[in-house]
Amino acid sequence: MKNLTGIKNRIVGSRYFSFGITLTLFVVLYAVGMMNYRGFLKPQVFCNLLIDNAALIIATIGITFVLLIGGIDISIGSVVALTCMTSAKLLAETGMPALLVILLVLVMGCVFGLIQGWLITEFNMQPFIVTLAGQFFARGMTAIISRDTIVIEDPLYTSLASARIYILPGGFISVGVIIALAALVIGTLVLKFTRFGRNIYALGGNETSAQLMGLPTKRTKISAYVVCGFCSALAGVVYSLIMLSGYPLHAVSMEMDAIASSVIGGTLMTGGVAFLPGTLLGVMIQGIIQTFITFQGTLSAWWTRIIIALLLCLFIVIQAIVSRSRQRLNSEH
Amino acid sequence: MTMRGICKYFPGVRALEKVDFTLRAGEVHALVGENGAGKSTLIKVLTGVYGKDAGEITMEGKAISPSSPLEAMKCGISTVYQEVNLCPNLTVAENIFIGREPKKAGRIDWKTINRRAAELLATLNLNIDVTKTLDSYSVAVQQMIAIARAVDVDAKVLILDEPTSSLDEEETQRLFDVVRKLKAQGLGIVFVSHFLDQIYELCDQVTVLRNGELIGEYEVAALPRVELISKMIGKELGDIQSMGKNENFGTDEILIEADGISAFGRIQDFDLQIHKGEVVGFAGLLGSGRTETAELLSGVAKPEKGTLRMSGKDVHFASPLDAMQHKIGFCPEDRKIQGIIGDLTVRENIIIGLQAKKGMWNHISMKEQEKIADQYIKLLQIKVSSPEQLIRNLSGGNQQKAIIARWLVTQPDLLILDEPTRGIDIGTKTEIQKMVIQLAREQHMSIIFISSEIDEMTRTCTRLVVLRDRRKVAELTGADINSDKVMSAIAGGV
Repeated sequence: MKNLTGIKNRIVGSRYFSFGITLTLFVVLYAVGMMNYRGFLKPQVFCNLLIDNAALIIATIGITFVLLIGGIDISIGSVVALTCMTSAKLLAETGMPALLVILLVLVMGCVFGLIQGWLITEFNMQPFIVTLAGQFFARGMTAIISRDTIVIEDPLYTSLASARIYILPGGFISVGVIIALAALVIGTLVLKFTRFGRNIYALGGNETSAQLMGLPTKRTKISAYVVCGFCSALAGVVYSLIMLSGYPLHAVSMEMDAIASSVIGGTLMTGGVAFLPGTLLGVMIQGIIQTFITFQGTLSAWWTRIIIALLLCLFIVIQAIVSRSRQRLNSEH
Repeated sequence: MTMRGICKYFPGVRALEKVDFTLRAGEVHALVGENGAGKSTLIKVLTGVYGKDAGEITMEGKAISPSSPLEAMKCGISTVYQEVNLCPNLTVAENIFIGREPKKAGRIDWKTINRRAAELLATLNLNIDVTKTLDSYSVAVQQMIAIARAVDVDAKVLILDEPTSSLDEEETQRLFDVVRKLKAQGLGIVFVSHFLDQIYELCDQVTVLRNGELIGEYEVAALPRVELISKMIGKELGDIQSMGKNENFGTDEILIEADGISAFGRIQDFDLQIHKGEVVGFAGLLGSGRTETAELLSGVAKPEKGTLRMSGKDVHFASPLDAMQHKIGFCPEDRKIQGIIGDLTVRENIIIGLQAKKGMWNHISMKEQEKIADQYIKLLQIKVSSPEQLIRNLSGGNQQKAIIARWLVTQPDLLILDEPTRGIDIGTKTEIQKMVIQLAREQHMSIIFISSEIDEMTRTCTRLVVLRDRRKVAELTGADINSDKVMSAIAGGV
């Protein structure tokens, strides 16, 4: 009996346990979908999961960096909207080349993250309140630029938006998905194989320790917010490829979806634990539930939210169990 | 390495006044002093955590002034702190190499990290899986890992701040072997410890600080122990030696009785009777079930089997608050985490227990709060600038006293003190021991006293319960309470 509990604790305490749960959940949901709806068998349904959520995947990567250091950034959705609006305005009224516009908004996202990160680090402020201010500011600026929709008609944007890249027989993805997957791979590698990435984990594990071990905690902290700002802007670019417009109410509360995806993907809100491929699955699980509801046809789309709410509760409980198992494992040594 | 005329001031406090410290290569140098003597401050100045207000530090003849732990590390000064300062969520190997990871083709070379970490730990006779996260190992192992990290950065000076406070005897010896090995390699080692035995066993030189001032530097072998103590506390020794043993055995009345209580992973079949007014000690190694048993008695955890009786009636504590209503107070082991609330004032920290007992909605007037706080600050001689000082700015010993005051305010019948003297200086230790005896004698309070220091227990307790491997293995009373008997009981040779 004791031995059995020991083995159980070891499995539950393993680093990839939550990733395993997320993966299992994804596979089970997909299998259930395939059994119930013929539509799920089409490769394009899988590809659409990626296409519809490309922006969210990028936003989730950004928030995961910030959650890893034990922070939070709730300005993401607004920055996405501001990015779309700025791009639309610049393209419509200045005739600036599209690539320059993209570069410019990406820099803007970085600067936005830099300012937020600097305020949080330098004055030791609560990230929630700083990024709440950021959220209001970015959303407000978006509406100041224009209260109405500005349509993007730039040829580069429209051709990128309609490009189809076939990856499966009968299944294509968009340019946005390529960008999102590239960001995911880069993010994962940065977290695993660079000092910056490891410092982020260390910082989330124990900030005082990280400082005493001589790690550049301030710089790392600010950088995490810059990464998040950059990802928000990149998500904004991808979002504008989907929407082909700027509008003040674009991507409202996208940050909350991103946080939910990240947590379902195994990120610990207290920092120090996250695995980016897991967070991708977190996004995809939300997508599957949406697909279910679309295929079902009669349910309100709001059921997605309710199911996500239950999943979130489930994952938080799992995390609690995981950390308790780890403690037990520890006391056995 | 030398430090000359170091001064450091905090608002209202003179932490260091013209302190000199000299460390030679290949020497183990003890730094001792009471709490608040300035040891930690001196070390923090040396490691760049604090800037100094005056004085100079030289390293191999060159002046240095590290302004961060990283710079200190680059100057060759490495530190292992009292609380293990590593990241629990990272692997063992990574904790050793983070910040200076070997790279291959621009990316971190995990294979090399894991291999070198395993090799490094093997030289410390530690063979563990370095790819597991740090939090899967015990504090003792974590400490060794911290030392491995500190040593591996090409340190010339290694500072060990209370390294043995969470290690048992065997682990301490292993640590000492490592320290001796490093000493032979020509490192200068600063050893901060409250354990005099260890200083005499390990160190060559000793520097004594008191109240932020330098008392002197001595050769350990030439300084009798008694003299060292009197230099540290600035009192003559008679005071300590005359304390003698506690001869007060309490009354016949049984306050609380445990009958075969068990809880998985904590303690098995534990029987105990505690009389009114007696001091019962729980002795045993770390992890023997001392704290766990105390938690069962105080409602922190629930027993799975067995019964608890108070004055003849069965009781079940649903929570610590419930136990509090039954007049049981539990002062937990780790005062930083489980005890003080750092951002509140001393007064608030003292009152909070009473407030919890009375319930949230019963207001205690400011006047009354101040009166109670003043009374206990005076009673326990807590050194504060005012009751409104933030508790986290007090030294460890005074924080501990404030926590004890918190429980005394609720006037418990049974007070459980888990390691009340850990990490505090000899002077305050003696005061706390005296206080325990006094409470039992004068107020007929029953006290459970848990400590790793056997001497302290033999002096204070009238009954000693010895625990081993989560079982009670002996109960000693009267003349049986002496170091030898206790040791052999712990070791299993009764």
